Amino acid sequence: MSEAILKVSGLTKNFGGIKAIDNVDLDIRPGEIVALIGPNGAGKTTFFNCLTGIYTPSAGDIRLCNPKSGLKTKLNGMKPNKITEKGMARTFQNIRLFPTMSVLENVMIGRHCRTKAFILGAIFRNPATRREEEEIIEMSYDILKKIGLHKEVNEEARNLSYGAQRRLEIGRALATEPFLLLLDEPAAGMNPKETEALVRLIRQICSEGHSILLIEHDMKLVMSLSDRIFVMDYGKKIAQGTPEEVRSNPAVIKAYLGEEVDA
Amino acid sequence: MDYFIELFFGGLTRGSIYALIALGYTMVYGIIGLINFAHGEIYMIGAFTSFIVATVLSIYGFPVLAIVVIAGLAAAVWSASYGFTIEKLAYRPLRKAPRLAPLISAIGMSIFLQNYVLLAQTSDFLPFPALIPEFAFMEPVAHIVGSSDLVILVTTALVMIGLTFLIKFTKIGKAMRATAQDKTMAVLVGINVDRVISATFIIGSALAAIGGLLIASHIGQINFYIGFIAGIKAFTAAVLGGIGSIPGAVLGSLVLGLTESFATGYVSSDYEDVFAFSLLVLILIFKPSGLLGKAETKKV
Repeated sequence: MSEAILKVSGLTKNFGGIKAIDNVDLDIRPGEIVALIGPNGAGKTTFFNCLTGIYTPSAGDIRLCNPKSGLKTKLNGMKPNKITEKGMARTFQNIRLFPTMSVLENVMIGRHCRTKAFILGAIFRNPATRREEEEIIEMSYDILKKIGLHKEVNEEARNLSYGAQRRLEIGRALATEPFLLLLDEPAAGMNPKETEALVRLIRQICSEGHSILLIEHDMKLVMSLSDRIFVMDYGKKIAQGTPEEVRSNPAVIKAYLGEEVDA
Repeated sequence: MDYFIELFFGGLTRGSIYALIALGYTMVYGIIGLINFAHGEIYMIGAFTSFIVATVLSIYGFPVLAIVVIAGLAAAVWSASYGFTIEKLAYRPLRKAPRLAPLISAIGMSIFLQNYVLLAQTSDFLPFPALIPEFAFMEPVAHIVGSSDLVILVTTALVMIGLTFLIKFTKIGKAMRATAQDKTMAVLVGINVDRVISATFIIGSALAAIGGLLIASHIGQINFYIGFIAGIKAFTAAVLGGIGSIPGAVLGSLVLGLTESFATGYVSSDYEDVFAFSLLVLILIFKPSGLLGKAETKKV
């Protein structure tokens, strides 16, 4: 078995006296699709925020291991843009595109951290800068084709349909060249047809060598897509395993449906 | 009719200078939501820097064109370094503080810089050399439009075009727009937001310095206090056009410049400010977000 690309151990996040995340372990291996599920308020999004550097964890360890270079990095306390540079990207539960920028620009901006040119390059437009710019545009088109938005390149992001906006968010995340992609409720609010297209897209992304960690409430999607599932409730990890194992786990059923009461 | 045209061009010139300063206000506001009250002082420092450089160069007998270019560049670089430093020292530590804290820090910075220049230079008005020569081809219309008006208009237009290009098409411009729209998300797609904010201050300050050189040469004198008045006017122009909007800042500045010019010409120069600020009040009553500003609707 190859080494985990993400290894989280003992992650804890306190907000005052509340333990939003309580001593959670999690690992992701290369090429896996892993789901993180749990009732509302279980701490899933907080967990994502800790991973991506928006929150600083109160305790615990987050280690990222680049599968290609074997480079290991400890992410605790790193700035979000540095973490993105290390190869982890995310999308949000509520759509956070740059609304008045075009579809193409939204993807190009994701490419920002991988290029060098800055203010002087922008002023002098030397050949290297221009070449870089062309490469970015080319690559962005490839991504837009993949997510099926290559016909809407010049449209402002806010004018896209809901499903298209969600796909564009994934496209923008892909542009940062992550090996690990975190998706926060990617299917939220989608109709069945859009969800189906999303599942296909996620499978395709995974087959191209990206590992995926996703938060999702759509159980059909989770069960059909994930290799492994982690379940959280009240900040604690209550179960983990394959979809079959999790489905029949009494603790999970209890968390979702409540306990049976003998009257 | 000649008088009208003269006032019209006078207004445009005035408005162009306001625009060069207002852009700094509006860009900084767009990106970090701060009214940078020290921005007027940046402009004043630009005027002083170009004064010192131009005086030294003219002693050594440099040609006028070289003096203008070198003094302009020196002022831009020097002011930019001030802008960069002010942001680092006075605003960055307060980035997560309540909005009022950096605002007060900005006012403090403005007072500090005024007094610093007062002590380091002088409280007197300094005669600023007329750097822009009278062009021969302007001779027939010189009684209406002066050569320095022409230079100011052309320079400002070029700067606007360059800035528009920078923001629309370059990587740093995209990063600036992204940061303005959603800072958290910008960080998450790998943009170094601190660097983008620094760049915004640098660009805004350099523009103000160019404005400082042009107006000082146009009016012919400078002192440590010019930044305050110009800053307030440019801020008014930015609000008039819709603060945060770049075309808005330019439009607001031109409208303000023209209003002042016509008020001075047809009423009295005593009423210049009355008209300017009455206009501001009217616009804020009928279009509170400014001429080109977007009404802020927060998603809930």
